[in-house]
Amino acid sequence: MTADLIAFVLLLAVTAYTCAGGTDYGAGFWDLTSGGAERGKRPRWLIDHAMAPVWEVNNVWLIFIFVIMWTGFPVFFQTVFSAMWVPLALAAVGMVLRGAGFAFRKASRRIAGQRLFGTLFAVSSLVTPFFLGAAAGGIASGRVALGTEASARAWSNPTSLVFGLLAIATTAFLGAVFLSGDARRFDAPDLVDHFRGRALGALAVVAVLAVVALFVTRTDAPHVWHGLTHGMGLVFVLLAAAATFATAWLLLRPPGTWVRVTAVGVVAAAVLAWGMAQRPYLIPTSLTVAEAAGAPSTLTWLAFVTLVALVIVAPAVALLYWLDTHGELESLTDADLRRGGTERGESADGS
Amino acid sequence: MHTTVLLLAADAPAQLLPARQLMAFTLASHIILVPMGVALPFITLLMHYRGIRRNDPTALLLARRWSAVMAVQFAVGVVTGTVLSFEFGLLWPGLMGKWGDVFGIGFGVEAWAFFLEAVLIAVYLYGWRRLKPRTHFLLGLPLPAAALMGAFGILAANSWMNTPRGFTLDSAGNPVDVNIWKAIFTPMFGPQYWHFVVAMLLTAGYVVAGVYAVGWLRGRRDHYHRLGFTVPFTVAAIATPIQFFLGDSIARQVFQKQPVKFAAMEIVWETDTHMPEYLFGRLHPDGTISGGIKIPQLDSILAGFSPDTKVMGLTAVPESDRPNATQATIAHWAFDLMVVIGSVLVLLALWYAVVWLRHRRLPASKWFWRSAACAGVASVVAVECGWVTTEVGRQPWIVYQNMRVAEAVTATRSTTLWIMFGLVIVVYVFVFGAFLAVLLKMRTRWRLADAQQEAGSPVEAPEADTPYGPRSSVPSSSASSSTPSSGSSSGDGRP
Repeated sequence: MTADLIAFVLLLAVTAYTCAGGTDYGAGFWDLTSGGAERGKRPRWLIDHAMAPVWEVNNVWLIFIFVIMWTGFPVFFQTVFSAMWVPLALAAVGMVLRGAGFAFRKASRRIAGQRLFGTLFAVSSLVTPFFLGAAAGGIASGRVALGTEASARAWSNPTSLVFGLLAIATTAFLGAVFLSGDARRFDAPDLVDHFRGRALGALAVVAVLAVVALFVTRTDAPHVWHGLTHGMGLVFVLLAAAATFATAWLLLRPPGTWVRVTAVGVVAAAVLAWGMAQRPYLIPTSLTVAEAAGAPSTLTWLAFVTLVALVIVAPAVALLYWLDTHGELESLTDADLRRGGTERGESADGS
Repeated sequence: MHTTVLLLAADAPAQLLPARQLMAFTLASHIILVPMGVALPFITLLMHYRGIRRNDPTALLLARRWSAVMAVQFAVGVVTGTVLSFEFGLLWPGLMGKWGDVFGIGFGVEAWAFFLEAVLIAVYLYGWRRLKPRTHFLLGLPLPAAALMGAFGILAANSWMNTPRGFTLDSAGNPVDVNIWKAIFTPMFGPQYWHFVVAMLLTAGYVVAGVYAVGWLRGRRDHYHRLGFTVPFTVAAIATPIQFFLGDSIARQVFQKQPVKFAAMEIVWETDTHMPEYLFGRLHPDGTISGGIKIPQLDSILAGFSPDTKVMGLTAVPESDRPNATQATIAHWAFDLMVVIGSVLVLLALWYAVVWLRHRRLPASKWFWRSAACAGVASVVAVECGWVTTEVGRQPWIVYQNMRVAEAVTATRSTTLWIMFGLVIVVYVFVFGAFLAVLLKMRTRWRLADAQQEAGSPVEAPEADTPYGPRSSVPSSSASSSTPSSGSSSGDGRP
């Protein structure tokens, strides 16, 4: 059925955002924790360096998620945004401050300005995933239903808290794994180990929190707990566990590229497990996929639009990541331009 | 535009006022960035093409610098655009919950076009050094198309709100039998889309050219400034007369398809023929008009090419279904201001064209350059006016004749919304202030680099510290084994 397909696309988009956006937020986490101006200088340099070309792309996933929500499942969108007003509003504010902080830190020359922007960037990198996670937790625990008004209960409960913390830990984990790889790519061997150690630590925290989440959901979100311990949900939980061990093993060995794959595998499997556990509900246990589905013709077109997006955007994203990882993305300086110009026997007239 | 929201029906929920204020504020801010997002890639590529074609390093230099500006504004646009998509849910859950599946698909198109644009901008911006010039240019080429596609999605959604179609209502009043094709290509879509695209093109052209016009006035009359002015200004000057005709045509489309909005735009009170045109002026709740310049017969002539054309007045629909007197006055003023600015810009474009055709040179008059320097700001004002006209003219409907703004608004308490509004203002002042600071800083460094170049001293990477400049090298430390050569300015001590 089309609605199920679109629900799956939504889940995939959420997974993609968790992985891509998560890595991005994770960089902010390590920015916050990398110490004072002098000690944190090199990690921060790496964070700036690694994030710059891809960070916007990572965040466009969120817009995809919203569009699929309101076009495919309008009632679901309405319900979530009505009930989760506060965490979503705070996440939005966090996103603005984060974007501004990141972009403008580099522009300010004075150390005070850089501190201000840097702190804004880093703190909002923490706040935003927490609230997004808390909202997801509120949905998973079934505290929201059609017509639920915004209340603190919807997002300040055990499941929301665990999901929020898990979101932060996940971003930190992904961030550290990717930054470690970036450090290798940019010839900064000391930073490779710096972030490798942190990746291991964060992975341990993620694992502990995941176990805690299982215990919490058992009483607080029984439907999801049942889904996580049976059928497809269980398969993905086991996959996530396997990927966790693989990642830990790879992190202990000399650095390589595979660790990125397994790290994404941990997170993607966990998100997919959650999605599978919620079936057939979008909001357990009050709103099923079928009930929330929009007009059939819209869903068909949405599937078509998704396909077009896949055909056009996927190669573009692949190209971007390929160019980025092969060091082809470096912009030209004025000096290069002029040198090039004079080599061709042209003088840079005027200016 | 905020006074619009002060005029609400007495029975409107308390949260309507702050919700509208917040939406108006965030949209008005976002719109400032849109022309640069939609049309700057095109202008930049044009310059880039010239640089490659004529082997002109100055053109390449300009294109590269513009690409940096493009990327910074795109980054801020992503942020403010994401806020808008949050706001659809946070402020207008009723709109999205009921109509999301009818008109939301346009946003789907917009989302992937935007995605593509983000990728292409990143490749274009960071591809200058390593990619082969031809490959680099070709990879940038789809950018304007992606921008047009994104605009397509947004305009489809907005024009649907103006002339909703593509559904039938069931007994409970919910939309069923959705026909996506009809919902996208609504009657107002075509006129709105082309009017918008050309507006973006000319606004971006005038804004960019304006920067170099200021330099020209200050005595910088080299090849760099001549080129930086001529290319974007020519684009804008070509677009301006086209826009004049498109604008005239869209006004007539509004007359036919949204007569109540047209009545508000022209402050027509009673339905009649031989209607006079008011330039500015103020409509009062009793239907009288004070101030303004009255031109007999002209409104009817403009609407239907004949004084006998019957123009619908506001009183043709019940009071609760039409904009009130103040809203009509606001739409009217915004409309008139847009027309005035457009007409002046046509004169400016003509001036430029005449001098060029007769003498093959740029106009020498100081007044031309002063006007050119102001044209950018004026066209941004015109864009805002156009938006106010279409949004305020649609009141009190969010979906024309199907859902009132009051029905769509969130149930969140007004106090919370006011706090949020305050917070957003503070954050936006900060974001836009910082955006401006970045642009000014980039300009200063470029100027410094140009001065160094002229003096013959070695030029160090001047943009190493701008958000989207080249990546700086590893800050030196005992552990770092390699120190690439370019990053001499990395001693900026990031915290």
